[in-house]
Amino acid sequence: MVRATAAWRWLPRGILLGLLAFAIFGPIANLALWAVAERWYWPHALPSQYGFEFWGRVFSERGHAWDSLGTSVIIAIFTVAVSLVISSIAGYALARLYVPLRGVMMLAFLLPQAFPNLPIYINIARVFYWIGLNGTILGVVLVHSLHGLVLSVWIAAAAFASVDRSLEEAARNMGASPVRTFFTVSLPLAAPGIMAAAVFVFLDSLDEFTGTYFVGVPDVITMPLLMFNASMGGNYQIAAITALILLIPSIGFMLVIERFLRADVIAGIGS
Amino acid sequence: MSASPTDARTAGRAASSALSQSRADGGRRRSQALWAVLLLAPALGLLAALFVYPLALSLHSAFTDVDGAADLGNFRRVFELYTGDIIYTGVVAVGAVIVTDVLAIAIAGYLTLGENPIAVAWLRWLYRWPLFIPFVVSGQMMRSFLAKNGLLNNAIVATGLVDRADTFGLLDWRGVIITFVWKQLPFVALIVAGAMASLDRSMIESARNLGARRLRILVEIVLPQVSGPLIVASVLTFVTLLSVLSVPVMINAGSPAMITVDMAYRITSLSDYGAANALGVISYLMTAAVGWLYLRHGVRNEGRQW
Repeated sequence: MVRATAAWRWLPRGILLGLLAFAIFGPIANLALWAVAERWYWPHALPSQYGFEFWGRVFSERGHAWDSLGTSVIIAIFTVAVSLVISSIAGYALARLYVPLRGVMMLAFLLPQAFPNLPIYINIARVFYWIGLNGTILGVVLVHSLHGLVLSVWIAAAAFASVDRSLEEAARNMGASPVRTFFTVSLPLAAPGIMAAAVFVFLDSLDEFTGTYFVGVPDVITMPLLMFNASMGGNYQIAAITALILLIPSIGFMLVIERFLRADVIAGIGS
Repeated sequence: MSASPTDARTAGRAASSALSQSRADGGRRRSQALWAVLLLAPALGLLAALFVYPLALSLHSAFTDVDGAADLGNFRRVFELYTGDIIYTGVVAVGAVIVTDVLAIAIAGYLTLGENPIAVAWLRWLYRWPLFIPFVVSGQMMRSFLAKNGLLNNAIVATGLVDRADTFGLLDWRGVIITFVWKQLPFVALIVAGAMASLDRSMIESARNLGARRLRILVEIVLPQVSGPLIVASVLTFVTLLSVLSVPVMINAGSPAMITVDMAYRITSLSDYGAANALGVISYLMTAAVGWLYLRHGVRNEGRQW
């Protein structure tokens, strides 16, 4: 009797959780099905023939998946390098030096987040077209770096601010130059925060679509663009396979930082 | 660096007090400011070249004609062609934000007030999967999931409630809203749940002891205290939705379309920068209107930190 009521009380919860699970995993499952479907026509509920033929095609010479993957990774690595070097020295200045109008400066780095970025990308592409940067890796790296900078300046400033100031001053007292103090004391102690920013920027660059769409044409085809082109061409299998490849870093990252995503940790960030 | 840390720290403190005395020295401050400007120069330069200048260019191009004379012709043309699309964009984006907020409050509320630890744990595990999935991938997923032959329709048919002949695809404005909500819900729910977790629980407990139902506690006690973070997350979501090109193109490229699609069409097919930038200015104004709501809220809660 007790067990029966407990089961009844689970019914609404179970139904709601089940619906949520279907809503979240349904689209992912549909994508996975398309990735292994060789034939799937309406009104068949499931593919009529399964296989990995399209995987071979995607990773063949003409499928361009390896090219795009390589392009994406190279762009992401350079984006991390550019935005992290620039934001580390900026973050150090914001955390340690007397900066005129510090509040205004900090806010300035958030400004790009407050504007819809598509019109900005259109005009960057226009300028890059004038100076010959359109369709180049460097152009795409610069566009991604702007977004990476917005993410990383604040994280870098917080990382340097949390370094114990007396350790830096001790190094200075023992005769280390400011530059040496920065590289041997401040930077290693701020490294965990800066690494976190680097992972964020890397993933963000890997997934970026809109900026690359306008600035990368016609020569730079990253994974998201390859996926988009396949999808718009009506080739659902190839789109699904490339989308699955893009899912790996996204979901991996989500699982790795899961412990930081607990509600009480997020609550601590604001304070 | 081989000296013991305590020694180093004492030395550091002595140095720091000496430093604070010399802080009064204006020359030192000036040289620090000079260094700061030098170190900030690359970051500010990148910001100026890749954000401020393109922004100024978009404003200039929107308000001038092809010969560079001040002119409102672009806006006249845009309103003639795209008034419907502009309203549609506002309705879809606001609708997606409202649905996201309601679901996020429900999820965060259950995570905060839920009494069954197993159900809370399952929900916590479930809701955040789409968090870092890019929009372009979400678009492709929904393109197949919501189609006439997608898993959604197949699942509904499998329950026996609907006949296969009566199924319909959702690849129109509903599909765009569903995709936006699917992608943004974890982000908003995470922010709201974080804010709720940091609340003082004594008020919730005393209301509970007085016999208030959980829904009432959520609406009357918890929600008013997390409205700040909720609104910040909503504004960020709104700005994001007005920037996404891939989802509206992939889900519903027909008419009416989101203005992001119109902007891309004006550029890639017609090289019509004037009209595209006029649409861009309209999207700035839409976010400004939403941002104004946020600022008004901020003034009302002056002094309260979130």
